[in-house]
Formats: sequence, C-alpha cells, structure tokens
Amino acid sequence: MILAAAALLFPTIVQFVNPQQSITLINTAADAGVFVLMAIGLNVVVGFAGLLDLGYAAFFAIGAYTYALLASSQLALTPAHHAVHLPFWLLLFVAVFVAAAAGAILGAPTLRLRGDYLAIVTLGFGEIVPRVFRNLSQWTNGVNAISAIDAPSLPAWLDGPWDNGADFQVVRNLKFTVGEPVAYYVLMVLLVFVAVIVVNNLYRSRLGRAWMAVREDEVAASAMGVNTRNIKLLAFSIGAAFSGFAGCYYGAKLSLVSPENFSFLVSVTILLMVTLGGMGNVPGVIVGAMLIYFVQYKFLTDLPHWTGSLATAVGLPSHAVTSLSDLVTRLNFVIFGLILVVTMLLRPQGLIPSRIRQEELTKGTHEGSVAEVQGAA
Amino acid sequence: MSDGVILSLQKVTKRFGGLTAVDDVSFDVRRGEVFALIGPNGAGKTTLFNGITGLIPPSEGVVEFDGTDITGFKPHKVAWMGIARTFQNIRLFDYMSALDNVRVGQHCRMHAKLWDALFKTPLERSEEREVEDKAMELLRFVGIQRQAHNYARNLPYGSQRRLEIARALASGPKLLLLDEPAAGFTPQEKVELMALVEKICDQGITVFLIEHDMKVVMGISRRIAVLDHGEKIAEGTPEQVRNNPRVIEAYLGKSA
Repeated sequence: MILAAAALLFPTIVQFVNPQQSITLINTAADAGVFVLMAIGLNVVVGFAGLLDLGYAAFFAIGAYTYALLASSQLALTPAHHAVHLPFWLLLFVAVFVAAAAGAILGAPTLRLRGDYLAIVTLGFGEIVPRVFRNLSQWTNGVNAISAIDAPSLPAWLDGPWDNGADFQVVRNLKFTVGEPVAYYVLMVLLVFVAVIVVNNLYRSRLGRAWMAVREDEVAASAMGVNTRNIKLLAFSIGAAFSGFAGCYYGAKLSLVSPENFSFLVSVTILLMVTLGGMGNVPGVIVGAMLIYFVQYKFLTDLPHWTGSLATAVGLPSHAVTSLSDLVTRLNFVIFGLILVVTMLLRPQGLIPSRIRQEELTKGTHEGSVAEVQGAA
Repeated sequence: MSDGVILSLQKVTKRFGGLTAVDDVSFDVRRGEVFALIGPNGAGKTTLFNGITGLIPPSEGVVEFDGTDITGFKPHKVAWMGIARTFQNIRLFDYMSALDNVRVGQHCRMHAKLWDALFKTPLERSEEREVEDKAMELLRFVGIQRQAHNYARNLPYGSQRRLEIARALASGPKLLLLDEPAAGFTPQEKVELMALVEKICDQGITVFLIEHDMKVVMGISRRIAVLDHGEKIAEGTPEQVRNNPRVIEAYLGKSA
C-alpha cells in the first residue's frame, strides 16, 4: 500500500524536486513500468511454475502488434484495405487475450518438454515471432515499423472538465500526448497495481499451489490429481497475458512498433530481472525490474558523462578526460556484467527472496527438531 | 457391496524393452481390507503401483477400479477416481509448507476456476477456508499439526512420511496405496504407523501397501500377495503366505 502511494505521488514530488528534468524522469519511470509488468508476468511462468521461458519477448511483440494493427492507419495499406481505430481501453483486453492465446498455442506442443529442452524451444519461438513480423511486411510494414499509432484518450466525461481547469498542474497533465508523460505514468502505475493484486490472488489460490507443486515435483503433483499439462499451459498463458498488457501499453506510448524492439536481449533482460530480484516473490521481482532498468538505461548511459565530469573536477587534462569516458563507454557491458556477477554472488537468492522461504529456512529446522525430541520422548 | 472387490488386476504385464518387470499378475483387493504386496528387491512391486496409478501404464492387462476399467488413465484422472498414493523415496513438495502440501492434495476435489482465483470471489474464499480446515485436520490426524507451517523439506524424516500420507488422504481416496511406509522407521515409529494405518482403515479407506518389514506386514494386513521376479508366487492370509514353500525359497534361497 505504501509502495502504491509512493508510486502515485512520484510525479508530484519529482516536479518539485527537479523541475527541469521531471518530464524525462517520469518518462523513464513509465518505461520501466513496462518491464516491471513483464517481469511480474514472467515470474508466474519461471518463479511459480518453474518453466524456463527464454522467448518471453515474443508475447510482448504480439501484444504490441495487436495494438499497432488495430489502432492505426496501417491496415489501410494491407490487403484488408480498411484502417481500424479501436479505442485503447478495449484493445488492452484484446491484446491480453491474443497474447494469452499465443501462449497456449506455443505451450500445447512444447510443454511436454522439461527443463533445458523447453528453454531451447521457447528460445526458438522468441526468435521466430519478431522475424515473422519483420518479413510479413505486407501487413506489418516490416523493418519500417508501424508508426503513428493512436494515443489512448480518456472518455469525454473524464477528459472534458480537466481541460478547462488549467491551473492545477498535475491534473492538467493527465492527457495522453507525447510531451506529457504523466498520464502514461499514472496508467502504468494502475496497470502494475492491478497486475500485483491479480498475481497475489493467483499465488494464494488452488492454481498457484498447483503451479508450485508442478515446479517442485511434477510426478507427485500428477499423482495428487493435478492435471499437469493444463496447469502448465495456464501458467504460460497467464504469463503471456501480462506481456500482452505491457505490449499494448508500449505500442501506445511509443506510437511506433518495430520488430527490432523485441530481440532476444529483451527476453534475457526480463529473465534477469526475475532472477536477480528474487524468483517467485512479487515485490522482489518488481524491485529487480526497476533496478536493472535503472542500471541499463540510466546508470550505464550516464556513466561516461559522470566519469568525465569527475575527471575534470579532479583536474585531469581534457584529452585524458575524453579517453577515459570513451573507455567507460566501451566497457559498458563489462561493467553491467560485473554488477550482475557481484549482486548474484552477494545475494544468490535474489535481492528480496520470498519472505516465507527465508523465515522458514531458519526457523523451520529449529521447530522441527523440537517436535522430533518430543515425538521420541 | 462392503466385501466386494475395489481393485482388480487382470493379467497385468509391464515390459521395459527386453526386461519383463511385471509378468502376468492378477489379484483382487477387497473393499475395506489392508492388503500387502511383498517381495524381494526388484520384484516389480513399485512398477505395479506405477501401473495402477497411471504413471507408467502397463504393457498388457487390465486394471479395474470400483468397476471401471482405468488402464491407461492419466495419473490425475486416477487420483480423481479415488486412488491416492505415497512414494517409496519420499516425493513431497519441498519448498512448500506442510499445510500447502496437504492443500495441493485437495486440488482435484476443488471447484474454483481461474476467474474465482483471479478476483477472490466469495466461492473461492469459502472454499479456501474449508480446504485449510480440512488440511489442518489431516495434519492433526497423522500427528504433525505442530509443523504445519514448516517447509516440507525441513521436517524430520518420520514427519515427512506422515505428511505424504496426509497429502494422499487429502484427495479423498477410496483406495490408498502406500509404498514402503515404514522404511527407515524405528520400532517405535513402526508401531505408531501401524496404528495410523488401522485408523485410516477404520474410516472406510482400503489400504494397499508395499512393505519389507515382516512385523508390520504380518501385524496389519488381512491378505498378502507375494511377487518375485515380476511373477506372483503366492497370495493369501499372513499364515498361508508365511508357510508357503515358494515364498520361503524366494526370501531365503533354495534349501539343500
């Protein structure tokens, strides 16, 4: 709850603290939200059900293209010859269902595989989907991407009055335009909020338990009456649904969807977020996603600049300064890798591992031994 | 039908390539009894269990449960029909609490759908409460309620075996298959286990167990079948089996 409140107040605080950069900061935060959403979704597949999915970005692509095709003029250029402009709020759900269906279709033939083999097949799927979107240029405009996608708009009864009341900064900004990211940010916070609630509900339900049972011991789970094939399919579908959410939002915000945005690197990054944050634990995964996003898109891009100014401040000659920041730029991935290695060495269980696990790993053995003594007495 | 047949194996055979692990085995388990399957190591006892529960379907033959042919049914279907089992080498859900392990056992008797789970509908809430109560009750039944919130992997060995039984009972079975429930137990624990099996039997659940410990087997089972090299070599009451020359031969070797 505190987290949610903090997240909602973030734009206001930023505007006071750092007014020049507030737009950029809020924008970054809203973009990070896309990854948070996907990390939550992938956590269902990898953390709960224990299915290693290396092609998660494929569902992200499917969600984004669903929105892009149904909310732009793109379809007028295709054999369909009619532009479709459906509202964002409707397509949000359409994209979710399309992605979930794609998850089920991929899952059906592949989920009889286990462990490494499943990872390889999903890896293949993750490569195929963006390639299909690239080569199906008749429909998707191929590498040239689909652009000028509709921005979401609030219904008039919500939008109207706020237009006139121009004095109140935060509310006035609540329009989905390119220069004003606040509305997108608020939307993202809401989406993440819904996602967290839904995932928490699932986690503590019959289905969540069945997923964990399959993760722990598939044979025992099936002998206990869990239909393992269906339950794994469901995990895949639900995981995919979240990235459908994320994809739809992403397409709407960027107003441009290109096959280049869904590379293998995206899948790996999300997997990284889940693992580093604490597999199976929703708050951990959220923190992991935000941290990795920050490191990748803010820390590493700004680092050369920072080292440059530091070197100047120390008083190094200017040619040394440039070569130093050049070096840092070139070592970008080395630094990223180092950060990852160090984090995983220090906290192999993730930044915020599931609290129950932590507690019971220490407390559990103690209580158990007490009971054992009493049982023997 | 109180003395009718609940499980009937007819000419069940299982081959792994050239090896015949279970060879043409037929016998009946009667409703309400404690039936034991014994035999030397590698006789095919566990393979037979796997054949009944659908984990590894038999190559030939028929498994009939409660009047229905369940040969080749998927394991979850078999569980739903009313056969629950434990495993020889304990297969609990390690990183789930004891309580959750038992809750999973109730999976196939629950009705909440995806929609209910997503939005915590009243149906889901009340079902969850029932499931939790029943799980606690089962933990109490096997005597490990104090460890309800510990991870299964952290329980002491004896409690793990008990938890497996509780988890199996959670699926509301008519027939309970126990695969070496007393393995690794102290004499005291074996006595407790026998009492537990008796209590289960009193609830009207038929128990079919594999066991090596003769004291346990002779103490609790009404009838016994003996398997050797995949073949059934004897069947009958403990007395009959104990005095059967082929059984003695299988266990002690041929006398000169």
